[in-house]
Amino acid sequence: MEFVVISLLNGITYGLLLFMLSSGLTLIFSMMGILNFAHASFYMLGAYFAYQISTWVGFWPGLLVAPLLVGAVGAAVERYGLRRAHRFGHVAELLFTFGLAFLVEEIVHLIWGKVAVDYRIPLELDGTLFTLFDTSFPIYKGFMMLVSVGMLVALYMLLTRTRIGLIIQAALTKPDMVEALGHNVPRIFMLVFGGGTALAGLAGVIGGNAFVTEPGMAAAVGSIVFVVVVVGGLGSLTGAFVASLLIGCIQTFSVAMTLSITDVFALIGVALPEGSQVARLTITQLAPVLPYVLMVAILIFRPRGLMGARES
Amino acid sequence: MSSIFSRGRLLLWGACLVVAIALPLVFKSGFMLSLLCQIGIMVVFALSYNMLLGQTGLLSFGHAVYYGLGAFITMHTLNLIGKDGSPLVVALLPLVGGLAGMLAGVVLGYVTTKKAGTTFAMISLGIGELVAACALMFPGFFGGEGGVSGNRVIAKQAFLGFTWGPQVEMYGLIVAWAFLATVAMFALTQTPLGRMANAVRDNPERAEFVGYDTQRVRYLMLILSGLFAGIAGGLTALNYEIVTAETLNAHTSGVVLLMTFVGGIGFFYGPIIGAILISVMQIVIGGMTHAWLLYFGLFFLFMVLMAPGGIASVITVQHKLWQAGLLGRMLPHYLATALPVLVLLAGLVGLIEMGYALLAGEGVGAGDTATKVMGMQLQLNAPEPWAAALATAALGLLLTRWIGGRTRVAWNAALAALHGDKA
Repeated sequence: MEFVVISLLNGITYGLLLFMLSSGLTLIFSMMGILNFAHASFYMLGAYFAYQISTWVGFWPGLLVAPLLVGAVGAAVERYGLRRAHRFGHVAELLFTFGLAFLVEEIVHLIWGKVAVDYRIPLELDGTLFTLFDTSFPIYKGFMMLVSVGMLVALYMLLTRTRIGLIIQAALTKPDMVEALGHNVPRIFMLVFGGGTALAGLAGVIGGNAFVTEPGMAAAVGSIVFVVVVVGGLGSLTGAFVASLLIGCIQTFSVAMTLSITDVFALIGVALPEGSQVARLTITQLAPVLPYVLMVAILIFRPRGLMGARES
Repeated sequence: MSSIFSRGRLLLWGACLVVAIALPLVFKSGFMLSLLCQIGIMVVFALSYNMLLGQTGLLSFGHAVYYGLGAFITMHTLNLIGKDGSPLVVALLPLVGGLAGMLAGVVLGYVTTKKAGTTFAMISLGIGELVAACALMFPGFFGGEGGVSGNRVIAKQAFLGFTWGPQVEMYGLIVAWAFLATVAMFALTQTPLGRMANAVRDNPERAEFVGYDTQRVRYLMLILSGLFAGIAGGLTALNYEIVTAETLNAHTSGVVLLMTFVGGIGFFYGPIIGAILISVMQIVIGGMTHAWLLYFGLFFLFMVLMAPGGIASVITVQHKLWQAGLLGRMLPHYLATALPVLVLLAGLVGLIEMGYALLAGEGVGAGDTATKVMGMQLQLNAPEPWAAALATAALGLLLTRWIGGRTRVAWNAALAALHGDKA
């Protein structure tokens, strides 16, 4: 029971963080048709910007300023890079973001070096929020949940209750019509790209010190975010939300399970022959593979994802 | 068949082979030889990748899987043969790698090629990550962190005088395999399957109407591409005598994609140019500066934005201009643009190198305050070098914009004349 509750809490925290990343990615995809390979790079930039700001003026200004900076960088990338690549078609766009991810990692190497930086949780948030079954739940995880849920609500309100949100929704499906009505669709695209990357930056700000801020963090989380978006269904925010929580929980549960494959088969009454390497693997060892297995399975059996409206 | 083996083509192929064989006679150093070996392997790998991206329109992010599996199977086979084999068997081992890559293509391709476009890209990424993660889970087969190593010199007696021990002999083996594979891959583009692959790339709907199963065409192309990637992997295993999990991870998949794209995906010879260029850059520039990957990233983005057809397309356009007698008109413009671009590059390189030295602590130790850039000894704690580099870059940028604008006008006029001639 203790294991389930604690893992569930951790899984939800991680899942909400994943949603912050995947929501931006899926918004950008459904609007502009661009699978942004560099999305996780903006997450990394958010963490590094916040670290740099925290060394100068502390954590709290960074929480606000770093995502804005990342969003500005994202908007500039859209304006001066992607818009040009767009003329050459989808492959060029995809390759542009791919090259960008590569470049951002190298720039991070250049500025902050190749080892992890000391980006810490602020003192005010360092401590125990409550204790459950003798396991303490840190304040910072609660804070992460709060920020993620706050962002989720704000995003929902923005998209459904404001004028700009309605225009964005309209531009999702009928960009030509929206343009004909006199809205500047390229600028809306730039805003969405900037907003999406700012969300990724915010995830970086609160995720960077919860985990570790190092040049490999983009690659580590990048492919998982892709899995989330594909499993949830390309272009579906609700799907991305469900898939984020699902993957978050799968990750945290599987890491803590010491059952081996033999044990699992024994549970359903099948005895596997002893001694093979595969049968001795534990679920913990399988943990890094599980999201990809899920993704490949989804793509084979339900290519539009859990809640996707269309195929790719 | 006459078109494949026309006299001009035979001459070109023969010339390439002669140059490849003659190169080690000119460049005798061990450094050049290992560079040439690397190029030979990468040419096969990049060409096999272009069978997917260029010919069938499948953007794959997991091509290293076939390359890496080919390399591992070759290495295990080599170790299995042990001391009993002959050098002839070793020479044929890349074929084992090729078959392994092909088998991987049969199994994994069945899943990935069901869809084309973005879905294919995503599944290939997923499969790539899956196999890369598996590599760390099964240290028995993949050798864990240290990889699997072997020895390609296994026999007491030589085969036709070859033991594959010296690097020159290995180079000969690589050239032979690379040449065979390249000819085979080119011949494939002329077959009905190769043509159908192009049709499936350009207009899948219409290809289906004509009665072809697009999924089957994609599947077959992926299997064959896996075969050649596996051959490249087998050559790597023999050349380096060690295979690590690095050979099948996302980084290797990325490098082959970059190589192929930079070379040009629209032409058969594009990936060859890309493989040669990137390998040379990797070893030559990589040996000069730690910032090589940064330059590489910038170069790649520049290519995507400025010449999405790759170097091969640039060459083709120049060739057409030359044939139309317009190249002479453009040459002064090229030269005029080259100068400010060089100034801009000098400024940028200076900034990047100084930045690297100061921040990454390259060289003597962290907090380096002096570095050598382009032969100049610079004090990094003084503002002068930074100001000079910034000014050079800014001047270069201004001049490039100014002269580049005029070149663009001339360029557009030349292109208009070229297409006007055609019409």
